[in-house]
Amino acid sequence: MTAPDAAEVIAALRRRDGWHWAEALPWLAAIAFFLVLPDYAVLGTTILITILFALSLDLILGYAGIVTLGHAAYFGAGAYATGMLSAHLGWGEPLSGLAFGGAVAGALGLATGWVLLRYHGLTLLMLTLATAILLQQLANTAEPWTGGFDGLVGISIWPLLGMFENDLWGHTYYWYALAVLAFCFLLVRRLVHSPFGRTLVGIRENPLRMQAIGVPVHRRLVTAYALSAALAGIAGALFAQQAAFITLDVLSFARSGMVLIVLVLGGTGRLYGAFIGAAVYVALEDELARISPEFWEFGIGLVLVLVVLFFRGGLLGAADGLRHRLRRAGR
Amino acid sequence: MTAAISILFDGLAYAMLLFIISVGLSVTMGLMGIVNLAHGAFAMAGGYATVTLMNGLGVPFIPALLGAFLVVALASVPIERLLYAPLYRRSELDQVLVTIGLVFMTIAAITFFYGPSPPSIEVPAFLAGQVDLGLRTVPAYRLFTIGLGVALILALWLGLERTLVGARIRAAVDNRDMAQAVGIRVDRLFVTVFALGSGLAAMGGGLAIEIVGISPTFAIQYLVFFLIVVAVGGLGSLRGAFVAAILLGVTDTAGKYLWPAGGGFFIYAAAVAILLLRPAGLFGREQAR
Repeated sequence: MTAPDAAEVIAALRRRDGWHWAEALPWLAAIAFFLVLPDYAVLGTTILITILFALSLDLILGYAGIVTLGHAAYFGAGAYATGMLSAHLGWGEPLSGLAFGGAVAGALGLATGWVLLRYHGLTLLMLTLATAILLQQLANTAEPWTGGFDGLVGISIWPLLGMFENDLWGHTYYWYALAVLAFCFLLVRRLVHSPFGRTLVGIRENPLRMQAIGVPVHRRLVTAYALSAALAGIAGALFAQQAAFITLDVLSFARSGMVLIVLVLGGTGRLYGAFIGAAVYVALEDELARISPEFWEFGIGLVLVLVVLFFRGGLLGAADGLRHRLRRAGR
Repeated sequence: MTAAISILFDGLAYAMLLFIISVGLSVTMGLMGIVNLAHGAFAMAGGYATVTLMNGLGVPFIPALLGAFLVVALASVPIERLLYAPLYRRSELDQVLVTIGLVFMTIAAITFFYGPSPPSIEVPAFLAGQVDLGLRTVPAYRLFTIGLGVALILALWLGLERTLVGARIRAAVDNRDMAQAVGIRVDRLFVTVFALGSGLAAMGGGLAIEIVGISPTFAIQYLVFFLIVVAVGGLGSLRGAFVAAILLGVTDTAGKYLWPAGGGFFIYAAAVAILLLRPAGLFGREQAR
C-alpha cells in the first residue's frame, strides 16, 4: 500500500463535491408535480416547506451530529415573527417578512445554541426539549401579542414582488416556496462541502480529536446551529405566509418529532434525505390520515421502528444498498 | 393559609404520582443509559388496563391497580428483549426514534380501541369522600395517593439498600462494565428492573385517572414531566427522583393556583435553570464520557 497521491485525493474530493446528474431529479420532479397535479399545489407547498425544515435539521443532526427534540422552537419563532410583523405592524411584504423571520429565528438559535451546546447527551436532549416547550408556554402567556391559545389572526401578506397575488389554488405560492427552497438548498450544499462543513462532520465523528487539532468546536457548532435555526425560521415564515394564520402548534413537541421522523425516514447527513422523507411523509399523511388517523399513526410508528432497527440509512440508504447489490450482481 | 395548605396537599399528591411513574424510568435510564421516551406510554397502557379491569371485568379499584401492574410488567419483558435490547449499544438518536415510534403505535392502538375521549372509573366509597384530619378536611383520594407514594419510596429504598438485588442494581448503575466484570448479569438484572419500573408506571397510570385524567395523548403530554423528574433528579437516583418529583409537583400546582394564565411556565423555567447549573441533575453523578 502506498499513500495516495495528493493530486488524486484532491480529484476524488472534487468528484464527490461536484454536481451529479441525478441531483437535477428532485427539481424536475417538483416542476413535473405542478404540471401534472396543479390542483395539489397547496399540498405541494406543504411538502416544500417540510423539505426546507428537514434540510435545516439535517445540517445540525446529519452533519454536526447534534440530536435535538426542540427544533420546532425555531420554525415557530420564524412563523410568529413574520406573522406578528404583519398582524401588529402592518408590514406584509413577503420577501422582507421572510428575511425577518429567518433573522429572528437565527438570533434565537445563536443565543440558545451558545448556552445549550456546552452540554451533551441526555442533558442536551432535555434542554432542547424544555427550551422549545418554554417558548411555547411563553407564546401562550403573551396573548396580546401572539393571540395565545386561539392563534394569531390578522396576517395579511402583500403580493409577491408587488405583482403576483396568491391565488385561490395556491399556484403562486408553490413557485415562491420552490424558489426559496432552491436558494436555501444551494446555500446548505455549498456549506456542507466547504471546509466548514467538513469540520462539522469531523466534530460529529470525534469532537475531542477535532479540538486537539485546533478546531474551535463550540464556535463551529454554534454557528451551524444558528444557521440551521435561521433556515428553520424561513420555513416557518413561509408556513405563516401561506396559511395566514398560526397557532401554538407551530412550536409543539409534535412538530419537533415530526421533522426528526421525516429526516430519518429519508436518510440523514445526505441533503436529499430531506426531500424524499418530506415527500413520502406528507403525501402518505394526506392519503392515509383521511382514511383513518389511527392507522396512519400506527403505521408511521412501525415504519420508524423498522427503519431504525433495519434500514439505518433511511429510504436513500436502502436505495444505495440495492444499487450496490445490483452492480455487484451485474459484474 | 388555607390556600397554602391546599397547594401543598394537592402538590404533594401530584408529586407522588409523578414519582411513582418516573422512578422506574430513572433507574432504567441510569442502569442502561437508554433514552426511553416510551415510558409515558407504559403508564398510559396501565391506566387503560385499569379501566378495562374495572369497567369491563368488574374488578375493584385496588386489585385493578395491581392487575395493571402485573399486565404491563409482563408485557414489557418481550418488548424489552425485542426492541430495547438491540438499542443498548446504539446512538441516542436511534433510541429516541425507536421509542417515539413505540409511543405513536401505543397512542394509535389505544385510540382505536378506546376512542379519543378520557375514560372514567368509579372509585370505591372510602376513597371518594373527604377525610377529617383534625385541622381540616382533605380529599381521601389524594391522601391515599400520598400514602401509597410514601410507602413505595420506603419499600424501594429498603429493597435497593438492604437486599442483594438492590446492591447489584446500585453497582451496575455506578459502573456497568465493572459490575459485569465481577460477575453480575447486568442484562438479566435489567429485564427485572425494566419490568418493575414499567409495572410501577402502569400503577401510576391507574392512579392518574382520578387526578389528572388520562386520554390517548397522555403518553406525550406528561412524558415531558417524567423526563424532567428523571433529568432534574439525576439518573438512577431514588432520592433524586423523589426530591425532583416533590419540587416539580408543588411548583407546578402552586404556579397554576396563583397565576392560572401563565402558571405552566414556571416548571419548565425551573427545569432549564436546574439543568443548566447541574447538568447531571440534583443527585446525579457527572459521568465520564
